[in-house]
Amino acid sequence: MNGENEENCFHCSLPVPKNTHYHVEINGVEHAMCCPGCEAVAKAIVDGGLTSFYQYRTDTATTARAAVPEVLQELTLYDKPELQRTFVSIDDKNIKQASLILEGIVCAACVWLNEQHISALPGVIEFRVNYSSHRARVRWDDTQIQLSDILKAITSIGYLAHPFDAGRQEEVYKKERSNALKRLAIAGLGAIQVMMLAVALYAGDYSGMDAGLEHFMRWVSLLIATPVVFYSARSFFSSAWRDLKARQLGMDVPVSIAIGLAYAASCWATVSRSGEVYFDSVTMFTFFLLAGRFLEMGARQKAGQAAEELVKLLPAMATRITDDGDETIVVSELLRGDKVRIKPGDSIPADGIILEGRSSIDESLLTGESHPLAKTVDEKVIGGTVNIESPLVVEVQQVGEDTVLASIQRLLDRAQVEKPSIAKTADKVAAVFVGFLLLLVSLVSLWWWQHDPDQAFWIALSLLVVTCPCALSLATPAAMTAATGSLTRLGVLTTRGHALETLAKVTHVVLDKTGTLTKGQLALESMQVFAELDEQQSLDIAAALELGSEHPVAKVFLQNASQPNRLVASKIEAISGQGVTAQVDGVQYRLGCATYVADVDLSLHEQSRHSSEIFLADDKRLLAAFSLSDVLREQAAESVQALKAMGKQVWLVSGDNEAAVSHIAKQVGIDHVHHSMKPDGKLAVIHELQAKGEIVAMVGDGVNDAPVLAAAQVSIAMGGGTQLAQASADMVLLSEHLPHLVDGIKMAQRSVKIVKQNLSWALGYNLLALPLASMGYVAPWMAAIGMSASSLVVVVNALRLNKPLDV
Amino acid sequence: MEILYILIPLGLLVFAVAIWGFIWAVKTGQFDDMEGPAHRILMDDDDIRIPTQRKENSEKQAVEK
Repeated sequence: MNGENEENCFHCSLPVPKNTHYHVEINGVEHAMCCPGCEAVAKAIVDGGLTSFYQYRTDTATTARAAVPEVLQELTLYDKPELQRTFVSIDDKNIKQASLILEGIVCAACVWLNEQHISALPGVIEFRVNYSSHRARVRWDDTQIQLSDILKAITSIGYLAHPFDAGRQEEVYKKERSNALKRLAIAGLGAIQVMMLAVALYAGDYSGMDAGLEHFMRWVSLLIATPVVFYSARSFFSSAWRDLKARQLGMDVPVSIAIGLAYAASCWATVSRSGEVYFDSVTMFTFFLLAGRFLEMGARQKAGQAAEELVKLLPAMATRITDDGDETIVVSELLRGDKVRIKPGDSIPADGIILEGRSSIDESLLTGESHPLAKTVDEKVIGGTVNIESPLVVEVQQVGEDTVLASIQRLLDRAQVEKPSIAKTADKVAAVFVGFLLLLVSLVSLWWWQHDPDQAFWIALSLLVVTCPCALSLATPAAMTAATGSLTRLGVLTTRGHALETLAKVTHVVLDKTGTLTKGQLALESMQVFAELDEQQSLDIAAALELGSEHPVAKVFLQNASQPNRLVASKIEAISGQGVTAQVDGVQYRLGCATYVADVDLSLHEQSRHSSEIFLADDKRLLAAFSLSDVLREQAAESVQALKAMGKQVWLVSGDNEAAVSHIAKQVGIDHVHHSMKPDGKLAVIHELQAKGEIVAMVGDGVNDAPVLAAAQVSIAMGGGTQLAQASADMVLLSEHLPHLVDGIKMAQRSVKIVKQNLSWALGYNLLALPLASMGYVAPWMAAIGMSASSLVVVVNALRLNKPLDV
Repeated sequence: MEILYILIPLGLLVFAVAIWGFIWAVKTGQFDDMEGPAHRILMDDDDIRIPTQRKENSEKQAVEK
């Protein structure tokens, strides 16, 4: 297209390295590509006649990885019947159906591309992608095409697909959602209809109306309100019944009583042609309450879906070494004592002990340790962690329920059950109020029954309607729904109802380091040179040595070297966990940690303890020293300061070593620091704070944070963090932008303020109306108007939360 | 105002149809994906590789030539 764009890869928009020549002709124009992966994908798209993808897309594609033959080979395993049993359903004799999780979907054009490409394959009957959930459903004819061919075709256009078992939770969610939608729609449509008639009836009361017509309209209202009460509001009745059986008085009890009594009284009024009808209040009230609950359910399900994807943490396949050579099997078939081969880049299928090989293992997922650990023969490896450098042979020691990963999950389950909830106190207050109200109503009606039996029923009803806890029970959900909506627009997803309420009262904010305060990626912090080489030359040599390595350290050098790097290393020899040596331009160089270059004089170099030190040396002298450390997120320090300014205590709790943690703490200004913490240690810190009566907000991202997140009164997971962390958190910081955390707390405080206003309004109104109604001064129609008006005030007040924060 | 005795039942009928339509929509999965279809409508599906359209397209091209 234009010259400026040509600097970047046409497919994924990354800069095109100089001196590379990857080109694809798209719609008659030659476009540059950054790597063979993107080139292959773009070619597949052009060959498929799907170039419109490039016109439709609104975001650039993810960088394509060149398809490795072994990976493609592995896909054929998905054709094995024993593996398919878990996720494939058979529709007809040869027609099979499966659900896939698609990775790499960034815009609607991706959906189009996938659907066009896959549907065109012979044997594929149907392929539909759900853009919201990034799931796809595929139906195919097993005699014409294999599942692995479909997966390969998806890989060829640059996406990744994993089959998953949609059966269990997905179905439950879908049913829950469609039931809620149906309830909501009937309540909404019913409320509109009844309202229309109610306006006519009110007008009729004022200016006179034909008695027959009035009676007719009441009957029609009754007809419409009946499904709303018996179908839409059924969930309130059933949960109120559950509360009563458990000898508790929740908010659903007064809600049910109000709906039930108002409906019953209106029916009575309609049949007996006396009194007032409240069908409009009944339907509208039901609709508003259902709307709030529907939104809450949507957010909760979104988080729940994330949990499903946790299954991906363990590889589905493992390579077992047998006497007849290697065989690939499903992980669930692994037994204790099996020997498995783990290729670099693969996750480890189960807990075990290394028999052969040495490599570095990335355990950041489990421990929060930011750097890979070197491991060798006789050392233990943990299932779910990633082998980085070289192949390993591991003897399996623990499988399934006995693995470390499974135990973390159990810890999580327990913490979730123990979760202290402020919401409970709100329920208790409501229960007291409801109890008091019911007692009062029965006393008042008893009194009237003895003194003026004719009036008793209508006065009791007025009293119930006028004091109907509608405003009271709408006060909190209306404000919370509005606040949740504004927060979602900021990129803060609230997944549990009580989160905002608790967040506003938080006294301590506990942060994790890796992935939360920092980005979780190594970067070059500083470097020193000691010989004739300048900084760029040293970096280029280091990059040449590290070329082709998967180690995170290597990536730092490759990013910082000049592009293209002219230097080429030969005779590269890597010693795992130590360093690498090779020849560049005939000189033997070494790059590695302090012990690896111990024979040269390191005293020139200023020690820094917080970061990883990498040294470049030739055979006798130290040439350069690089300090690498994890980079802070943008505005991390400002956010911490803002939190402190709000009077919150900010703590840092990390699994990383002391030097690294305190270095970061100093940078952002945190005084309370705990380092080298295992998940149970973190849990203990939180429990200790809670025992002192503090209210703790935990912010984290890793699997190791999950139990802690669940234990804290309110927890926030990072959007880029692991799915397990997100599933156990009350809120998810999708934007990964720390200042939004501060905004979240501010918004929570504002919404609690509005809730308080709402509650005091509702209570004040009730206190005023109560004596008046008890004495018989309030006619039922006045009660209905009062009730609607008080609910309306509450809702309008809550809507103020929709305004942006900084106005 | 006797007309209301006919109009209101008619309104009820519309109400019933609206509810039936909504339940049908929920049941057939119209609410499963709230974002995708809005984009999908903008993408042309007249792809020459779809067998039924391949013929039409080649005919169209032949006419154009």
